[in-house]
Amino acid sequence: MQYKRKHQDSQSRQIVMVLLVLLVALLFVVRLFTLQVLDDSFKESADSNAFIKKTLYPSRGLIYDRYGNLMVSNQPIYDVMLVMREMVDFDTLAFCNAMNITRAEFDVRLDEIKNRRKNPGYSRYTPQVFASQITYEEYGELQEKLFRFPGVLVQQRVARKYTLPCGALQIGSLGEASQKQIDADAYYKRGDHIGQSGLEKQYENYLRGTKGEEILMRDVHGRIKGKYNDGANDVAPIPGKNLTLSLDMELQAYGEKLMQGKMGSIVAIEPETGEILAMVSAPSFDPELLVGRQRSANYATLAADTTKPLFNRPVMAQYPPGSTFKLVQALIMQQENIFDRNTLFPCKNGYYYTKTRKLGCHHHKSPIDLPTSIETSCNAYYCYGLRRMFDERLDKYGSIQGAYNVWRDYVFDMGFGDELGIDYPGEKGGVVYRSQTYDKIYGKRGWKSATIISIAIGQGELLSTPLQIANLAALIANKGYYYTPHLVKKVGDDLVDKTYRTPHKVDIDEKYFDVAIEGMHRVVKKGTARYGKIPGIEFCGKTGTAQNPHGEDHSIFMAFAPKDNPKIAISVYVENSGFGATWAVPIASLMIEKYLNREIDPSRLQIEKNMMEKSFY
Amino acid sequence: MPRNVNILQKIDWLTIGLYLFLVVFGWITIYAASYNFEDTQYLDFSTNHGKQLIWIACAFVVALVVMMVDSKFYNNVAYVFYALMMLLLVLTIFIAPDIKGSHSWLRIGSFQIQPAEFAKYATLLCLAKFMSSYQFSLDNKRNFLISLGIIFLPALIIIAQSETGSALVFVSLLLVLFREGMNGIFLVLGVLVVLFFILVLRYNNLPGAAESPEIYGFIITFIIALVVAIVFVHLYTRDKLCVRMMLGVYALCLLSGVALHYFYPSILYTHIAFATMGITIVLLFARMYMIRRKTYFLVALFLMGTIGLALTADYVFNNVLAPHQQVRIKIVLGLEEDPQGAGYNVRQSQIAIGSGGVLGKGYLNGTQTKLSYVPEQDTDFVFCTIGEERGFLGSVLFIAVYAFFMIRLIFLAERQRSAFTRIYGYGLVSIFLFHFFINLGMVTGITPVIGIPLPFISYGGSSLWGFTIMLFTFIRLDANRMEVLQHT
Repeated sequence: MQYKRKHQDSQSRQIVMVLLVLLVALLFVVRLFTLQVLDDSFKESADSNAFIKKTLYPSRGLIYDRYGNLMVSNQPIYDVMLVMREMVDFDTLAFCNAMNITRAEFDVRLDEIKNRRKNPGYSRYTPQVFASQITYEEYGELQEKLFRFPGVLVQQRVARKYTLPCGALQIGSLGEASQKQIDADAYYKRGDHIGQSGLEKQYENYLRGTKGEEILMRDVHGRIKGKYNDGANDVAPIPGKNLTLSLDMELQAYGEKLMQGKMGSIVAIEPETGEILAMVSAPSFDPELLVGRQRSANYATLAADTTKPLFNRPVMAQYPPGSTFKLVQALIMQQENIFDRNTLFPCKNGYYYTKTRKLGCHHHKSPIDLPTSIETSCNAYYCYGLRRMFDERLDKYGSIQGAYNVWRDYVFDMGFGDELGIDYPGEKGGVVYRSQTYDKIYGKRGWKSATIISIAIGQGELLSTPLQIANLAALIANKGYYYTPHLVKKVGDDLVDKTYRTPHKVDIDEKYFDVAIEGMHRVVKKGTARYGKIPGIEFCGKTGTAQNPHGEDHSIFMAFAPKDNPKIAISVYVENSGFGATWAVPIASLMIEKYLNREIDPSRLQIEKNMMEKSFY
Repeated sequence: MPRNVNILQKIDWLTIGLYLFLVVFGWITIYAASYNFEDTQYLDFSTNHGKQLIWIACAFVVALVVMMVDSKFYNNVAYVFYALMMLLLVLTIFIAPDIKGSHSWLRIGSFQIQPAEFAKYATLLCLAKFMSSYQFSLDNKRNFLISLGIIFLPALIIIAQSETGSALVFVSLLLVLFREGMNGIFLVLGVLVVLFFILVLRYNNLPGAAESPEIYGFIITFIIALVVAIVFVHLYTRDKLCVRMMLGVYALCLLSGVALHYFYPSILYTHIAFATMGITIVLLFARMYMIRRKTYFLVALFLMGTIGLALTADYVFNNVLAPHQQVRIKIVLGLEEDPQGAGYNVRQSQIAIGSGGVLGKGYLNGTQTKLSYVPEQDTDFVFCTIGEERGFLGSVLFIAVYAFFMIRLIFLAERQRSAFTRIYGYGLVSIFLFHFFINLGMVTGITPVIGIPLPFISYGGSSLWGFTIMLFTFIRLDANRMEVLQHT
C-alpha cells in the first residue's frame, strides 16, 4: 500500500517533469511564432542593418542634331556623400584639405545637412550629399585619401557636356529635383537630377532611362562586405534613349552668332516636314553655365539679366505680327472672294477710314494689284479688303460678327491664336480677339471695320510668336498645309509622335498661294527685302515691323527658300532695331544661304560681319 | 570480452544519436555563425569553427574514456571528487585572471578551462550519491538541508567568482529534490516569489506610474496572493466555512473599497488592498485559534511574506543586484529601452531571429549574424543563427529535437533500478532544461541576459566537454542498469 502510493506519487512527479519540458518548449514555439511569423518588422530592421542600396544611375540619353552630329553628351561628375553614423575618428581637417574647403565651410554645410527643415530626408544612417557635382579633377584629389575618411562615399553621376556652346534654351538644363517633383514622381530621390527646362524636361522620361540598384552588405562597423547574393538581386541601370533633333547644330550656332548683341529670335523650319532647323533666342548663353556646382549662381545671374536670356523668345515672346500678317489677309480675302489677284485699290499715302482719320502708308504708285500690294507692303490695300469683308458683304455673312468669325477661323486655321503644340515646354500662343470681346468693348452694333482697322495690317489686337510666323512661311511654301513644328526627329529609334507627322491642311486653294508667293518673290527681287538677295538663290519673303510702344520698333522678316521646292522657311525678329529690312532681312538671308549652301558667298562676308558686330543693347 | 559486448548492446544508442545530431548541428551552426562572406575557408583551425572541430574530436575521446570506466567508479569517487572540485572552485577565485570582472577561467598553457562547468558534474554525482544512500529521506530535515547544502555550496562559490549566470544553474537541481519527494509547494512558492517580484518591479516602475497615486504592483500582487490563499486553504483544510468567510471578506472589502474611493478619493485602492490583506490575515489567525490547525498560520504567513516581499522588492532590486543585472532585468520587463547600449544584444538577436521569418534566409545567408550585428553569435547567442537561417520551421524542429532529447533522458532516468543513476539522470535533465530555458529565453527576449551556453550547440570546449562527460556518465550508468542492486 505504502509502496503503491509512493509509486503513484513518483509517477505523477515524472509526468510533471515531462510537462515542464514540454511547457518550456511550447513557450519558445509561441515566442518564436510571434517573433518570426506574426511580426514582420524585424525583416526590415535586419535589411536596414545589413544592406546599403546604392543607386546605379543610368547614363542619360545623348542628343544628336539632324545629321547625327553629337550635340549633348555626358561627362562624369561626383557627389561626395557623408554617413554621419560612420564618421567616427573623423579627421575633419584633412578632409577639408582634400576637399579644398575651410573648416568653417565644412561646419556650415554639416549644419545644413543636419537641419531637418532644410533637409527633410536627413538620417544618421543614410548617405547625405555633402558636396554635389565636383569635377573629375577635384575627385582625383579626394580619391587618393578616401580610405582615411570613414563614412565618406562618392557617388558617380553624369553631367551634360555640349559639343558647341549653342542651343542652351532649346536643349534645356538639368537640375536637382525639387521637393514637389520628388513628391509627384517616386522615381526621383533627393539629389537626383531631372530635366528642368527645354527638351531635357520635355523628353525627361525617355532621356533619363531607368535607375539600377546595387545591394551591398555592410557589417556592424559599417564596412562594406561585398555584394548581396553575389549581385543576383542587383538591377542594372537601363540607359536613357538618345534624341535625334531636327536642329542643324551648325545653323543653330551660326544663328546665335548672328544674333549676338541683339534681342530677338530666329526660327527656321523645313516646310515639307515641320522640323525646326534652328531656333535661336537672343541673347543666348553657353549651356555649360548651367552645369555643375556653379549652376545656381549662374542661373541667378541669368535670371537677373535685363535682356532676359532665359526667356525663350521664339515660343514665348508675343509680338504684333506686323506686315507679315498681310499675307494672311491676302490668302483669306482671295478665298472669300473679297478681292483677287487683279483687284486694284488706290493708295494716297494711306487709307481714310473716316473723313479725317487716316491709316498712313508710305509713298508708292497707285492704284495697285494684290502682288504689288505685297511687294510694296501697302497698308491701304488691306484696309479696303477688310472693309469689304466686314462691312460690305452682309449678304454673305449676315453681320460683322459673322464676317469676323469666318475671318478668325481662317486665322486660327493658319496656326495663329492657340499654341501650335511644339514639343517644347512653355510654348505660348498668340492673341486674336473673339468677336464677343469686341461686342463687349464696343457693343454689339458699336463696331465695324474702321473700329479695328489695325488688324488689317497685323497691328492692333493681334499678337503672335516668332514660331507662328515661321510656321506661316512654311505654310505658304507648302501652298496650303503645314506640319506642327517640332524639335525632335527621333526618340531612340522611334520616329517622333504621329501628331508631328500628320499634315495640317488649310482651307485655302493652292492658286491663291501662288499669288502670295508671287508677291513675296517680288519683295526680295525689288521690294523691301531687295538688300537680302543671295547670289544663285531665288527666294520669297515679307518684311514687317512690329510696333513697340516701349521703344524702337521690332524688325521682322519672314521668308522661304528656294522659291521653287522650298527647303527652309524662316522668321527673324530683331527687337528695337527699327524697320524690318535693315536687320532682319540680312540675318534671314544669311541663315538661308548658310543652310542651303553651307557657306557664305565672299561678297556677303562684310554683311555677315556687320550683322555679328551690331548690338542693340 | 563478452561483458563488453553486453555493454554495447545495452547502451542507449538513441541518446547517443541525439547527442551526435546536436553536436554536428551545433558545429554546422557555429560554422555559419563565424562564416565570413569574404573568406570562405572550411578548415582553418584559427577560426572558431575550426577550433570547435578539435573540441568535438576531443569530446568524442572523452566520451569514449567515460564509457570505458567501470560504472561503480562514479559512485565511489563522488564525495572525494565533490570535495576536490569545491577546493578548485575556491582556488580559482584567487588564481584566475580577471576577465571582464569575473574570476572563473583557469589558464593551462594556451587552454582555458572553466571549473564551474565541471563543478556541475561533481555536484550531480555527490547529490546522487547522498540522496541514494541507505535510509535517505527528504522528510528528514537533516537530509533535506544537507541536500540543499550540496546544491548551493558550489553556487555560492561561483557567485564569489562573479559568474552569477553559472551559479543560477544549480537552482535547477531543486527539481531533483522535487522528483525525489520534496513537497511541490516549495516549487509553487518559489515560482510565486519570482512572479511577485517581477509584478511589483514592473507595475511599480512603469513609465507613467509615478503620476498615479495608486501602486499597481502592490494591488496586482495582493489580488493574486489573496486568490492563492483561498486555493491553499481549500486544498489543505477543505474548510468550506473558512473559504466562504474569506470570500465574504474579499467581497466586503471590494464593495466598501469602491464606495469609499468614490466618496473619499483620498482613499486609494492601494489602501483597500492592504486592508484586505490585513483583515484576511486576522481572519486566518482567528480561525487558527478556533480550529487549532497550523495550516491557517502558514497561509497567513504566506500573505505576510507577500506584503514583506512587495515592500522590499524595489529595495532588493536596487541594492542587492549589480547595475548591469538591474538593466538586463529592466529591459526584459520593458521598463527600459536601450537599443544602442545594454539592450543592443537583445534587440539585435531578436532582429536576427525575427527576420528569419517562416522558412529562414537559408544556410549561410543570414545577414544579421554574418555581418556581426549579433554579438557572441557563436557562443551564448548561437541560436540567433538557427532562427535567422532556418526560420520558424527549422527553429521549432530544433526545439522539438532538444525537448525530445530531454524527455528521453527523463525516460532513461525513470527506468533505473538504482536510485543513484535515477537521481543523477534527473539532475542532468534539470541542468539541460535550465540552460535551454535561460539561453533561448535570453535570445528571444523573455528572460534577462544571463550568459550561459546552449549545451552542445554553443562554441566552447569547456562547455562541450563538461556536458559530454555528464551525459556519457549517465549513458554509462544506464548501460549498467540491470547489474546494480535496487536501493529504493
